[in-house]
Amino acid sequence: MTTIDARRRHERRRALRASALALGSTIVVFGGLILLVVNSPGWAEVQRSFLDDRVFADALPSVVRSFAVNIQLFVAAEVLVLVFGLFIAVLRSLPGPVFFPVRIMATVYADIFRAIPGVLVIFLLGFGIPGLGLVDPKTPSIIYGVAALTLVYSAYVSEVYRAGIDSVHPSQDAAARSLGLSRWQSLRHVVIPQAIRRVIPPLLNDFIGLQKDTVLVSFIGVVEIFRQAQIKQAAAFNFTPYMAVALVFVVLTIPLARLTDVLIARDRRRAAGGKA
Amino acid sequence: MRSNLGTAVVGAIAIVVVVALVIALGSRSSGGTAASSAPATVAASGATSESPSASASEAASPSSTACAKESLTLVTPGKFTIGTDNPAYPPYFLENPDKHKTEPWELGDPTNATGFESAVGYAIADKLGFTRDEVAWVVVPFANSFAPGAKNFDIDLNQVSFKPERAQTADLSDGYYFGNQSLVVMKDSPLASATSIAALKDHTFGAQVGTTSYDTIVNVIKPSKDPAVYDTNDAAIEALGKGTIDGIVVDLPTADFITNVQLENSKIVGQFEGAGATPEHFSAVLAKSSPLTPCVNSAIAALDSEGTLDALASQFLPFQDAVPVFGP
Repeated sequence: MTTIDARRRHERRRALRASALALGSTIVVFGGLILLVVNSPGWAEVQRSFLDDRVFADALPSVVRSFAVNIQLFVAAEVLVLVFGLFIAVLRSLPGPVFFPVRIMATVYADIFRAIPGVLVIFLLGFGIPGLGLVDPKTPSIIYGVAALTLVYSAYVSEVYRAGIDSVHPSQDAAARSLGLSRWQSLRHVVIPQAIRRVIPPLLNDFIGLQKDTVLVSFIGVVEIFRQAQIKQAAAFNFTPYMAVALVFVVLTIPLARLTDVLIARDRRRAAGGKA
Repeated sequence: MRSNLGTAVVGAIAIVVVVALVIALGSRSSGGTAASSAPATVAASGATSESPSASASEAASPSSTACAKESLTLVTPGKFTIGTDNPAYPPYFLENPDKHKTEPWELGDPTNATGFESAVGYAIADKLGFTRDEVAWVVVPFANSFAPGAKNFDIDLNQVSFKPERAQTADLSDGYYFGNQSLVVMKDSPLASATSIAALKDHTFGAQVGTTSYDTIVNVIKPSKDPAVYDTNDAAIEALGKGTIDGIVVDLPTADFITNVQLENSKIVGQFEGAGATPEHFSAVLAKSSPLTPCVNSAIAALDSEGTLDALASQFLPFQDAVPVFGP
C-alpha cells in the first residue's frame, strides 16, 4: 500500500514539475518574443498604427455590429453545405455502372470547386450571375456570397462525408441488406448515421474555415466585418480596427476548435473501447 | 488524458499572460519600462534610446536653405521619388500617345508628365530643383502609403483626400486639387434626371472603400438602403453596369473617365457641394513629420499663386462647371 502511495505521490510531483516547466518555458519564449518586438526600433510606430486604444474603442461597436452579416452568411451556408455536401457524397458513392455519369459529375464538381480559390467563385457569382439577366438585378449580393461559399465548402464537405461513408465496414451494409432493407434504406438507416457521427470533428474543422472565409464576400460589395474595419482603417489611416476583427474571430473560433478537440478525444476513447 | 489537461491549462495560462502583456504594453506610451522589470532577458538594442526624429523636425519652417535640393532627405539620394497606385487611372495619369508602356504601369504612365497628378508631381519636383530625369515613380497601394515603417517614396500622389484623422498618422500636404464628389448612374435609370439629394434617398449606392466618396454616401446622401462598398472603383462600376446598385459616387475627374471610357450608357447626374460636406482637397502623403513636408507645401503654394495648378486642372480636368450641383 505504502509503495503505491509513494508512487502516486511521485507521479503527481512529476506531473506538477512538468507543468511548471512548461509554464516557465512558455513565459520565457513568449516573453522573449514580446520583448524583442516592443524593443524593436519601429515599435512605437507599429504600436500607434495597430494598437491605438482610441481607434479601437471607436471601431469595435460598428465592427461587432457588422459581424451580424458574417453570422447570417455562415449560418445559411453551413446549413446548405450540410445538405448539399451529403447529396454530392451520396451521388459519388452510388454503386453500379448505370450511375457512372452521376459519379463523374459529382467527382468533377468536387475537383473543380476545391481547385478554384473561394474568392474567385465569389467574384464570378457576384458579378457574373446578375449579368445573365435571369435573376432580379437587385438581388442582394449577400445571396451570391452564400451561394459561392456553399458551392466551395460543399466540395470539401462531400469529401469528408465520403470518407465517413467509406469508413463504415461493408459488413454493415451486407447485414442490413440481408435483413431485407433496400440499398437506399441501408444507406439511409445504417451507413449514413454511422458515417456522420464519425465525421463530426472534421466537419467542424471545415466550418471554422468557412466562418473565416465569410470575409471574402466583402469583395462583391457586402459591408461585413472586414469591410467595416477597412472603412474605419481608411478613415483614420490606422490599422487598429483589424485587431478588433481578429479579436471577434478568435473569440468565435477558439471555443469551436476546443469543442472539436473534445469530440475527437471522445471518438478515440470510443474506438478504443473505453468508457464513452 | 491528465497530461492533455495539463497542456491545455498551461496553454490557457500562457495565452492569458501574453494577452495581458500585450494589453499592458498597448496602453502604455512606451514599452521601455516594462522591458526593464520583466524577468526574462533578451538582447534589447535601442531599449533606452527613444524613437528617432519623432519631433525634432516639427518646428522646422520652410526656408530657402532647408529646402535647398542638396539638403533634402530623400529615399534615394539625388532622386525625387513619387508614389502612386497601379493601375494609374486617367485623367490623373494618361497613356503615351504612341501607346508604348513603361513597366510596370498600366492604363496611365506617370513618367510622361501628362495627366493631372503626373504633371503636378513633376511641377512640384521642378520647384524643388529636380530635373525631369531626377524624378522616379514607384507603385504604392493606398494602404501602404500610411502603413508603419520606412516609406519607399518621398511623396505619394494618389487622389488622397485630406482628413484630420488621417493627418495624425501621415503628413498630408496642402491641397493641390479642390473638387467635389459626383454621382454616376446609367442613362436609363430613374435617377438620371435627379436634381436634389432628396430624390436619391431610397436607392442603393456604391463606392470604393476608404474614400471620401463613401463618406459622401453616408453623410450627405444618407440613403435608406445600406451602401455597397468595393475594393476598387472598377468593381463598383461592374456592379453599376449589372444593375446590382443604382449609382456610384466618385470624384468628378474619375466620373468623367468612367462615363466617357469605362462604362457605356452611364452619365454624371450631378455633383455634391456644401450640405455639410467639408470642401474636399487632394493632398500628397508623406511620412509623419517628414522634413520634406514644409518644402512640398511651399512648392504647392508657389504653383498655386503663379496659376500653374489651375492651368493643369483646366488642361487635364476640363469639365468642372458643366456638371449641375445637387440641391438639398
